[in-house]
Amino acid sequence: MSSKIFNSAAEALAGQLSDGMVVAAGGFGLCGVPVDLIMALRDSNAKDLTVIGNNVGCDDHGMWHVLANGQIKKVILSFAGDNKILAQAFMSNEIDIEFNPQGTLAERLRAGGAGIPAFFTRTGYGTIIAEGKETRQFPNPDGTLDWFVMESGLTADISLVKAWKADTEGNLVYRKTARNFNPMIASAGRLTIAEVEEIVPVGSLDPDSVHTPGIFVDRIVASTMREKHIERPTTRPRATKETV
Amino acid sequence: MPWNRDEMAARAAGELRDGYYVNLGIGIPTLVANMVPEGMTVTLQSENGLLGIGPFPYEGELDPDLINAGKQTITDLPGSSYFSSADSFGMIRGGHVHLSILGGMEVSQNGDLANWMVPGKMIKGMGGAMDLVAGVRRIVVVMDHCDKTGDSKFKSECTLPLTGKGVVDMLITDLGVFEIDRRGDSGATLLEIAPGVSLDEIRAKTQAEFALGPGVR
Repeated sequence: MSSKIFNSAAEALAGQLSDGMVVAAGGFGLCGVPVDLIMALRDSNAKDLTVIGNNVGCDDHGMWHVLANGQIKKVILSFAGDNKILAQAFMSNEIDIEFNPQGTLAERLRAGGAGIPAFFTRTGYGTIIAEGKETRQFPNPDGTLDWFVMESGLTADISLVKAWKADTEGNLVYRKTARNFNPMIASAGRLTIAEVEEIVPVGSLDPDSVHTPGIFVDRIVASTMREKHIERPTTRPRATKETV
Repeated sequence: MPWNRDEMAARAAGELRDGYYVNLGIGIPTLVANMVPEGMTVTLQSENGLLGIGPFPYEGELDPDLINAGKQTITDLPGSSYFSSADSFGMIRGGHVHLSILGGMEVSQNGDLANWMVPGKMIKGMGGAMDLVAGVRRIVVVMDHCDKTGDSKFKSECTLPLTGKGVVDMLITDLGVFEIDRRGDSGATLLEIAPGVSLDEIRAKTQAEFALGPGVR
């Protein structure tokens, strides 16, 4: 009987990677990043990769390790801050960096996963983001006309996502803001692998509460990550006599 | 005396209205979160996927799965909701967010905004800024009136690459408040002058053309 469960990230990726592939990975900063799968990608030594993600790693974390191993030739992202390798690569043109407005990137992945090759958005009209792209006027609900920019859908050869729980069918539930780009990236992968904190038996997830239906998930691995990292820990002081 | 950061944020908080959904940028705009007037309900959106941002957590209660768009740990509130980045930017692009308060590098008199890149320098990326200015109903920019060399950041035309064209409704600087007719051709109007600042000083430090609002002199 076929099973989507694999014993490790390395086993889930074994034989699936080749040089020049397009890999998408979920996460926003250090939140909701499939850390084990990314380290297995690093260990695969697959080269000339194009990597899609909001950040593509932060210093010493996540996709940063794949960058540091020289495996990436192009990144498609929204935010490259907090990443010294990308900063250096940007100034020296070593890596092709394609900047996308964050909402455009999210929608490109959603569209790609939904079989939509292109769409029009108001975002970026009149900026360098629109250069070389088709622009067209469409009416607003009030009848006035605005200019829109055509953007293309994105798909990936392999999508790596992080979820809180999966059942053995691959139905996924994310936790809090760790959801971020993961649902769209799950749908945009020709092969989608989910790294999850807990694998639960079929029937134990409320079908009404599933965030990503199992049809989008081909393989599942249990995360070995013991400690989640925080980029900017921020607190407020407790009131002196407050009872909590 | 020109307004300081807190005073600029307080002036921006004057643009909040009861029942608004609001997205705040990083920097001075973030200070607005603590300045919601008493008795007013304002729901803050974090574009990474949360509606209803709560206060920062207490020491020992940090949740790595709960951060804002600036990657700081936060909390949620009764009535909060979580969603994907695609749904989040659907809210933003679809015009469901009433107000966004953002920082800026340059603003032009017709409402263009530049706040994401300086040619020749490392680009961090625009993040959600281009989507916010394109989709949110009202855009308020809070920034210093002049750069470190004393040059006006409020210009007839932006010199830096744009974040959005004709997107700024209001500009709040340390010297005053300007309303911008971004959809029409009335340009910019000076509405308020910071206490102790003269109209002559604003004229001397502003490269943009502007008209005077009622009572401003």
